[in-house]
Amino acid sequence: MTELLDVLAAAPFWIAVLRIATPLILGTLGVLLCERAGVLNLGIEGIMVAGAFSGWLAVYGGAPLWLGVMVAALTGAAFGLLHAFLTVGLALSQHVAGLGITLLATSLSYYGYRVSFPKVDTPPTVTPFAPMHWLDGTGLDVLAAQTPLTLLALALVPLVAWLLYRTPAGLAIRMVGENPQAAEGQGVSVAATRTAAIVAGSALMGVAGAFLTLSAFNAFFFNMVNGRGWVCVALVVFASWRPGKALLGALLFAFFDALQLRLQTSGLINVPYQIYLMLPYLLSILALVLVARKAAYPQALMKPYRKGER
Amino acid sequence: MRLEKRTETSRLALLLAPIAAIAFTLLVSALLVLWAGAPLGQTYSLLFKGGFGSVFALSETLTRAIPLILTGLAATVAFKARLFNIGAEGQLYAGALAAVAVGGLHGGTGFGLPVWLLFGLMMLAAALAGALLLLGPALLKARLGVDEVVTTLLLNFVMLLFVSAMLDGPMKDPTAMGWPQSVALLGELELSKLIEQTRIHTGLFWALGLAVALWALLKYTVLGFDIRAMGANARAAAFAGVPVTRTVVLVALLSGALAGLAGAIEVAGRTSYVTLDMSPGYGYTGIVIAMLAALNPLGVVAAAVFVAGVLVGADTMSRAVGVPTYIADVIVAASLISVLVATLMTQYRLVWGRKP
Repeated sequence: MTELLDVLAAAPFWIAVLRIATPLILGTLGVLLCERAGVLNLGIEGIMVAGAFSGWLAVYGGAPLWLGVMVAALTGAAFGLLHAFLTVGLALSQHVAGLGITLLATSLSYYGYRVSFPKVDTPPTVTPFAPMHWLDGTGLDVLAAQTPLTLLALALVPLVAWLLYRTPAGLAIRMVGENPQAAEGQGVSVAATRTAAIVAGSALMGVAGAFLTLSAFNAFFFNMVNGRGWVCVALVVFASWRPGKALLGALLFAFFDALQLRLQTSGLINVPYQIYLMLPYLLSILALVLVARKAAYPQALMKPYRKGER
Repeated sequence: MRLEKRTETSRLALLLAPIAAIAFTLLVSALLVLWAGAPLGQTYSLLFKGGFGSVFALSETLTRAIPLILTGLAATVAFKARLFNIGAEGQLYAGALAAVAVGGLHGGTGFGLPVWLLFGLMMLAAALAGALLLLGPALLKARLGVDEVVTTLLLNFVMLLFVSAMLDGPMKDPTAMGWPQSVALLGELELSKLIEQTRIHTGLFWALGLAVALWALLKYTVLGFDIRAMGANARAAAFAGVPVTRTVVLVALLSGALAGLAGAIEVAGRTSYVTLDMSPGYGYTGIVIAMLAALNPLGVVAAAVFVAGVLVGADTMSRAVGVPTYIADVIVAASLISVLVATLMTQYRLVWGRKP
């Protein structure tokens, strides 16, 4: 027990928590933007793969790191535009369109990787973002050990909250997610607002993927996203579609994920390592069950809106 | 740009829709082939020949279609009732594990039961394992309103880790030199081959039989009517006296069982033991197949054969001209999206401009 407390008190543990949380914060904010506008985006898993690959490929080709992040965001936005065309423009099933996007984005990325690197045994690497050493000595050791992308993720939380609750654009997003007919009556274009929210949210998902290849690791692997996108979809429900709670949810999830990694290596409890690896997924399901009773879904979520039709 | 409902669908539109979908898919994949620097015509012809061009190619395609038909049926029945089961992948592995637990463990004694009884128990256990794995998410949806998409998706990851733990532990094959695979099924339980020198097995009849059975169930039974009513409008169905919770539970059991059987039939017909890579995403591909078939059980058979042909053909083509096999997944994804759009276009027309 004391060993466990020692682990929790040490800085490396909290550094790991914040690192694991970063892509989840970005991805969850992305899902949140889409769902607040009334559109489920199950494309996240594939968009993260595409962001991870395209951002990394740009940097591998000589682009500066931040340009790589931009490329990942644009890739995410492009798939977001396709999702918006299918779910808003054509009002197709949001479930099926999202799964289709995930399949398309994942297979295109894997195909692109194999075409670019037909015969490699060890994945080619790039020089990833460096920790923020300029924060050394300020007492913010946990933050100083992170890369600027973590700072970006943390800064986006109040920014998205400000956008949603303090700007006309945010009001429009929330309106089309709750009552599109009323929004249309107020002169808000449902199609344009939803499309903008999906494109912006998908861009964040792309950046979430780029964090994996340009910060957490320095190469692109198959299966590297490994369900993180689906976890974000669960976290948004847990967070009641609020940016602040989304940050809390991502940190809580990352805390348990880091804890299971430590327990696994400590050998304190003797169970197969797979049991530890299951815990994050089981916790996500548990979180969904716990908030189920009071989950305040955006009223128009998953309801396609066809103007003039009921 | 807005959509306007067509008052009637012309025969021309119904004919043009699938052609347009296929043309779009071929165009997307052509760009990718050119990117890889391979000759276009040769690549497509190898893809087709590899999937359908010979008896051997066809046998491989049909072998691959067997699990896809079953996971496609699992998605069909669930989606028809608006139970979005994305967990067929996990349910398939649950069925495969259950099949080996009944038909392979215990030192290959088979409990001293006659083969026909043991075979029945094996299939039953697999169906039950798949069904139970989906029962939890279905009850959570019906009772607490927990979104089943996320729970079934996450359970796939849990199940795959559980399989990995079992292959390291209780179900490990001690003779496999540390390779993660389960003990093998009793030889007598394996499904027999249909053609010598190929891998096509009698699981094909199971898949076809279950497709016809599901088609009849949806069309001619009360449960089938309830499922279709819930799919059309859940609230109206509830008002009309459809037992909603009971139907959701039955659909979940049926869908999970079909996916579980896919796992058992793969083990009994092809692999004879469970490995961590025995399914290259059959559960997820099943959803695409169900959508390509417009949730029609008989259409699922055709869609599964098409997708299987593309997957098998891509393997052959890739060995010959070096275009990565992932092109098969791109073709499947692009065809899903283009078929969805094309189907919609038969019911709606695009109108440019704002006011009607």
